[in-house]
Amino acid sequence: MSRRTRTIVGAAVAGGALLYLVAAGIGGNLVYFLTPTELIAKGQMAYGVSFRLSGEVVPGSVRWNAEAVDLRFRIRDEQNTIEVVSTGVPPQMFQDGMEVIVEGSLDSTGVFQSTNLMVKHSNEYGPGEGEEHPEKAYEGLLTKGDTT
Amino acid sequence: MTAQIGYLALALALPVALYGALASIVGGRTEHWALVVSGRRAALAFVGLVTLAVVVMEYALLTHDFSVGYVARVGSLDTPPFITLISLWAALEGSILFWLWVLALYTGVCVWLYRGRHREELPYVTATLLLIGVFFLVVLLGPGNPFTLVDPAPLDGPGPNPLLQNHPLMALHPPTQYLGYVGFSVPYAFAIAALVTGKVDAWWVRAVRRWTLAAWVFLTLSIMAGGWWAYEVLGWGGYWAWDPVENAALMPWLVGTAFLHSVMVQERREMLRGWNVALIITTFALTIFGTFLTRSGVLGSVHAFSESPIGPLFLGFLAVVLIVSTALVLWRTAPLKSPGRLNALLSREAAFLVANLLFMVLTFTLFLGTVFPLVAEAATGAKVSVGAPYFNRMTVPVLAGIVFLMGVGPALPWRASGRGGLGSRFGKSVLAGVVATVLALILGGRGFWPLLTFGLTGFAAWTMLSEVGKGVLVRVRKGESPFVALARFIAGNRRRYGGYIVHSGVLLAAVAIAASWNHRSVEEASLRPGESLEVGRYSVRLDGVRGEQEQNRFAVIADVTVARDGKVLDRRAPRLNFYPSQKQPIPTPSVRTTAREDLFLSMTAFEDDGSSVTLKVIVMPLVVWLWVSGGVMTAGILVAVWPTGTRRVKSADRRIITPPTTEPAPDREEALV
Repeated sequence: MSRRTRTIVGAAVAGGALLYLVAAGIGGNLVYFLTPTELIAKGQMAYGVSFRLSGEVVPGSVRWNAEAVDLRFRIRDEQNTIEVVSTGVPPQMFQDGMEVIVEGSLDSTGVFQSTNLMVKHSNEYGPGEGEEHPEKAYEGLLTKGDTT
Repeated sequence: MTAQIGYLALALALPVALYGALASIVGGRTEHWALVVSGRRAALAFVGLVTLAVVVMEYALLTHDFSVGYVARVGSLDTPPFITLISLWAALEGSILFWLWVLALYTGVCVWLYRGRHREELPYVTATLLLIGVFFLVVLLGPGNPFTLVDPAPLDGPGPNPLLQNHPLMALHPPTQYLGYVGFSVPYAFAIAALVTGKVDAWWVRAVRRWTLAAWVFLTLSIMAGGWWAYEVLGWGGYWAWDPVENAALMPWLVGTAFLHSVMVQERREMLRGWNVALIITTFALTIFGTFLTRSGVLGSVHAFSESPIGPLFLGFLAVVLIVSTALVLWRTAPLKSPGRLNALLSREAAFLVANLLFMVLTFTLFLGTVFPLVAEAATGAKVSVGAPYFNRMTVPVLAGIVFLMGVGPALPWRASGRGGLGSRFGKSVLAGVVATVLALILGGRGFWPLLTFGLTGFAAWTMLSEVGKGVLVRVRKGESPFVALARFIAGNRRRYGGYIVHSGVLLAAVAIAASWNHRSVEEASLRPGESLEVGRYSVRLDGVRGEQEQNRFAVIADVTVARDGKVLDRRAPRLNFYPSQKQPIPTPSVRTTAREDLFLSMTAFEDDGSSVTLKVIVMPLVVWLWVSGGVMTAGILVAVWPTGTRRVKSADRRIITPPTTEPAPDREEALV
């Protein structure tokens, strides 16, 4: 083999190995975003695999046990609803009817075990219907803390 | 009226830039130097017009002229003036305008500085920079117009994105990011000029050295500031998440770093001509790609301001850049063949080559991991993301290899390995690596990769320190004080030892990242006033919670007392800031920094009546050294780029004024290398 062919063969082998590593690495670390309907459509395939599930928190479904740090609620899309159990304290903005993403997997009883609860941030922001009045909502805190 | 003036300035800048590019090319081709001068003047006029547009925009922002579209979108009467000032880059259109301005400033400085040099090549540099400017002008005059008219003008606006208002680092991260990203346009323009004129020897890499270093250090600072901002604002307790946006900034940084090293091989050995051209083209293309990723709305992130139609424009521009550059490279294949040859595997240039390959492997894995979700969604409609474990597993070994090479390269001479076996050359460095590993183990370091990182850092640090130590010792024996000896030693070859300073910054960063990422303790709990949470050596007690109305926001603040071994250390106040334009509060953690470790306190939730607060407390060792490393790298770059001439005059003066120097003249030859 000439020097040139050796270089080319070497580069091809190294490149191939790298490509294999990358492909295997990406393949093994893909996290799918699903809606409840898409998750249910997966059937048996969904059990034990890690997903990100997004949907709306069903109003009135939130059960929060602060002592046991145990949060249960249901999330839904247009067609389906899934029961979620989350470990960890819910973030401040967590409330009924909001869009959330939970990360975790479906257990054998069909309950989604979430290890990470994220509130879906909207990129659009602006005044209008989103306008909140925290100073009114948390008035109690204001008067208590403000001595002036 | 204001809106029209701004728009008019941009509309005039477009033909001026086009004329400047055309005059430069035609003048350069026909050696019609008067035309080239005219092109240069057009470039300066372009700088003036773009500057005018920026001034008009700032005026509109500061006077709250809500008849200007951009101001109506990001301005608000309640926003503090400083935040209003930096709102120029708080949303899409303004940030593109700011980008163009940075490009214009670079163009102006470059054209002016080089007006007497590189007479045949410079017209193409001017033309390339102006044509990049033309693209951004087209974006600004079309879909990205910040000067739209709003009629009737609203009385008030929403203010900038709360996430951007919430921390002063937002004044640092975006400008340095642009200075870094756009800064790579200058070396790219020189590479294009080299290709067009066919003069692809080392002249252009010498000409762009300082420009590249400047762009590199700005990008470094920006990545650091971005990570720091995420750490201080996002409240999850980290500074890096392999987010596509972060990767977008890191990729050109990696290729740019490879370029900085491989140009030295071209200067010294006339090797890698084609490779260097390819590297700088890739770097520039990645900056455009990064802008596409962050500005087109394909990614959901704080950087993607909103869905916008500029995505296809950027992709089109990226295609043009790649096609034109590749065509030029193919046209110049013959002169791009390097006369130099690699003649020893144990040589400085071989170490540079291996480091280059590692940088490219890193970039490649990052690139595929970053674009895979986009491609997958476009092809199958499935929404996926590539998890952080992929990036960690793929990059950490390569990064370790790069740290290892920092301990090998400096000890090897150019051309051939010469005298001395591996044992005599690296024995002590290896020993230092082992000592560092053992030391890390004793201090509590655990895990294969962290310990390997500490060991390799010790190895690399010893290689550099022993060389510097020997040189300084020689001078100290001659009677210089150690500090003066060190300063003179570094001044003797600022390029080399400036590089060493940068490398020590990188080593510092490696240690800080390995320690803070792998040896953290995290606790989260709901506390009632009076209750405490124990984390590591610390005890964190919640004293109370209160609300406070501030100028542009409402804050809920947890008062917290930090104690260690029963002694009160500090009182902190992590908070949640509520901005009127957004439902969700912005967490504002309180970070207690010491040289040894950070105590990170974040309020994640509270009961409406103030009866309890959820605190997330993280103890992370050595985080502060990551931010310090940014300063060290910057210092190293300053040492390396500081102009030689003025410096010499100064040190000559000093020699006359300060009597105790007996040395006739320090050896300066190496500084000219």
